[in-house]
Amino acid sequence: MGFSSETSVADAFADLGSDSTGEFELRDGSRIAVVGGGPSGSFFSYFLLKMADAIDLELEVDIYEPRSFQYCGPAGCNHCGGIVSESLVQILAAEGIVLPDSVVQRGVESYVVHMDVGDVAIESPVHEMRIAALYRGNGPRDGGDTPLESFDGFLQGMATDLGAQVVRQLITGVEWPDGRPELEFADHSTKTYDLVAVAAGVNSNFIKMLDDHPEGFEPPKTTRGYICEFQATEEEILRILGSSVHVFLLDIPRFEFAAIIPKGPFATVVMVGDDLDEELVHAFLSDPVVRRTFPTDTVPCVCSCKPLINLGARKRPYGDRIVLVGDSGVTRLYKDGIGAAFRTGKAAATTAVFHGVSRDDFEQHFWPACKNIANDNAVGRIMFATNTIMKNSRITRRAMLRMAQKEQAKPGARPHMSSLLWNMFTGSAPYTEMFRGTFHPGFIGNLVVGLGGALMPQKKEPKKC
Amino acid sequence: MVSGALGKLYRDGEEIIRQGNTGESMYVVQSGRVEVVQSTENGGVQHLAHLEAGSFFGEMSVFEKEVRSATVRAAGEARVLKIDKKTLMRRIREDPLLAVNLLKTMSHRIRSLNAEIAHRRETQL
Repeated sequence: MGFSSETSVADAFADLGSDSTGEFELRDGSRIAVVGGGPSGSFFSYFLLKMADAIDLELEVDIYEPRSFQYCGPAGCNHCGGIVSESLVQILAAEGIVLPDSVVQRGVESYVVHMDVGDVAIESPVHEMRIAALYRGNGPRDGGDTPLESFDGFLQGMATDLGAQVVRQLITGVEWPDGRPELEFADHSTKTYDLVAVAAGVNSNFIKMLDDHPEGFEPPKTTRGYICEFQATEEEILRILGSSVHVFLLDIPRFEFAAIIPKGPFATVVMVGDDLDEELVHAFLSDPVVRRTFPTDTVPCVCSCKPLINLGARKRPYGDRIVLVGDSGVTRLYKDGIGAAFRTGKAAATTAVFHGVSRDDFEQHFWPACKNIANDNAVGRIMFATNTIMKNSRITRRAMLRMAQKEQAKPGARPHMSSLLWNMFTGSAPYTEMFRGTFHPGFIGNLVVGLGGALMPQKKEPKKC
Repeated sequence: MVSGALGKLYRDGEEIIRQGNTGESMYVVQSGRVEVVQSTENGGVQHLAHLEAGSFFGEMSVFEKEVRSATVRAAGEARVLKIDKKTLMRRIREDPLLAVNLLKTMSHRIRSLNAEIAHRRETQL
């Protein structure tokens, strides 16, 4: 691996000297408003306070979050599939953030890819449960008395343990007297801050209140996803789905991909596509491949929504005394939104504490983290476009299936296709790394062999794994 | 079994890493407790420490290409999460401040070892 930890860490510490002096430097007593108490807001607040404490800097952090994550359904929900990727589970653990069993509704150790030509189970490379299926809020509406612990509530608790205050006031406007953000509330009161971190996602109205801040900022481009929660008993869900996430690559017009995620007594169906509507949702739920995997006609749906999904920020999400983190700014395409919230939240916090809160500070120290994600998304678009082409042809579907089945059946074989599918669906690796993997001679050779096999006349469909 | 549990379940006494073996991962205790032991020159086994949930071990092999310096085994039932060297190094490269968290624990261990050495010297005198 071409990596030198000594150089990188040394560079990082050398780089920690404060850039901004005077008005844009955070000082003892500086006030920071965090708008939105989801993962990006909580990660930002947690790391801001943790790093400030390390250099004996006392900050006042207010997290504005009107929802309580103790409520079921929309009142406490953040409209998300609720998967913490394999890489993020590990990185959080290395950060000292161990996800408690009460928050993780199911540890996932494999993905099952379903196609009309057959299915293949792709096991975790280390045969260990390292993907967390969880609820961002307190579970589905009409979900009964199922005791759940919210992931967002857990993260918010970490931030409040370090001194952040959660404020349940509704923000009605933002003004910028003397260049500082001033939040206005429903009771006409106001409060001025030294920095506002926007972590309100794309489903909130707050971004519209920002007007022209940051200068020239446009809200991220979005599309609609579909999320539906099915409820049975925990044993029944375990019997049907096991500890696997089930992914569907189906030749349905306008359909990108969908997944069914087991979570205790619930199963979450997540659909992503560019032009999702009722007709497409119905076509998916009634598809024979879906019905043979999960009985959507007999297990009741107890909650559903069509949240907006960030497809990429158009402009740089920062300015003097303002920074947008997580979904409000830059996030990963379709996958690992919580991972992007973690990375952008921490990068913004590091910048604010060690460098300053000016546009230039964020440009120099926060934007590189966002740019990495944005550049990787560009490669991700190519990957998803290729996936769409491949899933729409029966021959390439067969070739993909045969290749992955062969790899899974042969322990020790280099899992070219399995790794690609695993990383595509789990979001565990950057798209760039997956893309590079497709140029490996082994991948190309095995795919050609798979395509050759798929072109041969088929007497019967390949066996299911 | 807890459906939400992450990591791998180890039974009482089951080895997670073995002294002398090579390894490229570090581990975090998710739940339960593990025991760190070291083989002595006279063939005995010396208890070094118990690690609780949230503690990590095996990090020395991630940063240097040496064999494991101790054996770690489950003390009762324990669930342990494996952290890949590649995942960790990729993230440290992107965010070197992650290393600070590991350094804090390693620094704490050096401090404990110094105290232990000082205590032993005192009792020998």
